[in-house]
Amino acid sequence: MADLATYLLTGLGLVFFIAGTVGLVRFPDQFSRLHALTKGDNLGLGFIALGVAFQAESWAQLAMLALIWVLALLAAGTVAQLVARAALTEQDKP
Amino acid sequence: MSVALDITLCALVLGVGWATVAGHGVFRAVIFFITYGLLLAIVWARLGAYDVALAEAAISAGLTGVLLLAAHGRLRRLNASQEVPLHLNLPAAVVAVGIAAGLGWAWFALPAPTAPDLSQALPQSGVGNPVTAVLLNFRAWDTLLESVILLAALLGLWMLARDHAWDKPLGLPYHARPGGVLASFGRVLPPIGLIFGVYLVWAGADTTGGAFQGGTVLAAVCLVTIMAGVLHAPRVEQAAWRAALVLGPGVFVLSGIAGAVFAQGFLALPPALAKPAIVTIEAALTVSIAVTLVLLVIGPPDEGEQDA
Repeated sequence: MADLATYLLTGLGLVFFIAGTVGLVRFPDQFSRLHALTKGDNLGLGFIALGVAFQAESWAQLAMLALIWVLALLAAGTVAQLVARAALTEQDKP
Repeated sequence: MSVALDITLCALVLGVGWATVAGHGVFRAVIFFITYGLLLAIVWARLGAYDVALAEAAISAGLTGVLLLAAHGRLRRLNASQEVPLHLNLPAAVVAVGIAAGLGWAWFALPAPTAPDLSQALPQSGVGNPVTAVLLNFRAWDTLLESVILLAALLGLWMLARDHAWDKPLGLPYHARPGGVLASFGRVLPPIGLIFGVYLVWAGADTTGGAFQGGTVLAAVCLVTIMAGVLHAPRVEQAAWRAALVLGPGVFVLSGIAGAVFAQGFLALPPALAKPAIVTIEAALTVSIAVTLVLLVIGPPDEGEQDA
């Protein structure tokens, strides 16, 4: 049962990663590419962490997985904002 | 299944390595280099060398990446060329191929070294992590010289400062909107990063971790706070920062001399005192490594006016 949940959730996570990557390659401008990348990756990592969580042996491991996801969310969100802001100022310049 | 993963990893490392060298622009090369470092870290982890993997991810991909990005930013501000010449640099190619061929020949010609059995010597080293035992006890010479090299690199960087900029804050001024995303990030991350960095050093005695990995994490925390405008960049003249720079090598050399006077020789640690000595040296080294790396990344003193 736990294995099945791991397969399903990590598979779902991979789908989000692939969707984010396709968006990164295919979308027309920087902002929508950024949107695809951060949203796809954050959800993908979340599902993979959730899937791996079914294999955890202790509460400490669960807490670490959650911490990894939260830190990655924080970093990705911040970086996306900064890249978008840099792109905006670049757009206004010429 | 794991063979397929390994082959994919090898192909990715080779491909990204090639893209780093053969890319057109400086920025592309930097981004590929960072990716290359992260992939290598995964390879080290697959090989079970978790200490090296951590160091690779933190220093090679993370910190060197920031260094290269900062260098790229400076180049762009100076309007320097961003194109990498594509023609073959023949002398460099000959030297590189020669070194690669020599290393390949040595790999096949030399007998496989018989490593000394660490499991017998490990209990006398005072620590449980064989990597830390080698770095700070059995081969302490290398680590001592590495810490001095870092210091020498920083002095070389400071030599690039102009005379009239010497008493200015280090590096270019950073701007962050007060209350903005970067400013809040600079306040949220440090507590977590500080705990993680200190944990890495403390855990390094018995499991994966150590002064270099922990020091790099602490350096990254310090850099984020400076870039977010929460902390001010230090100046060359501030005595506390200078003391932090020499603390690690200083404590290391002093303990080495103490070994020469009271034990079997320079840098020799008596087994009874090994654990406290190693933890003390690592703590001091961590401070110096962290501060040196921060100062290396933010650059020499600079008034930053000629770039405006």
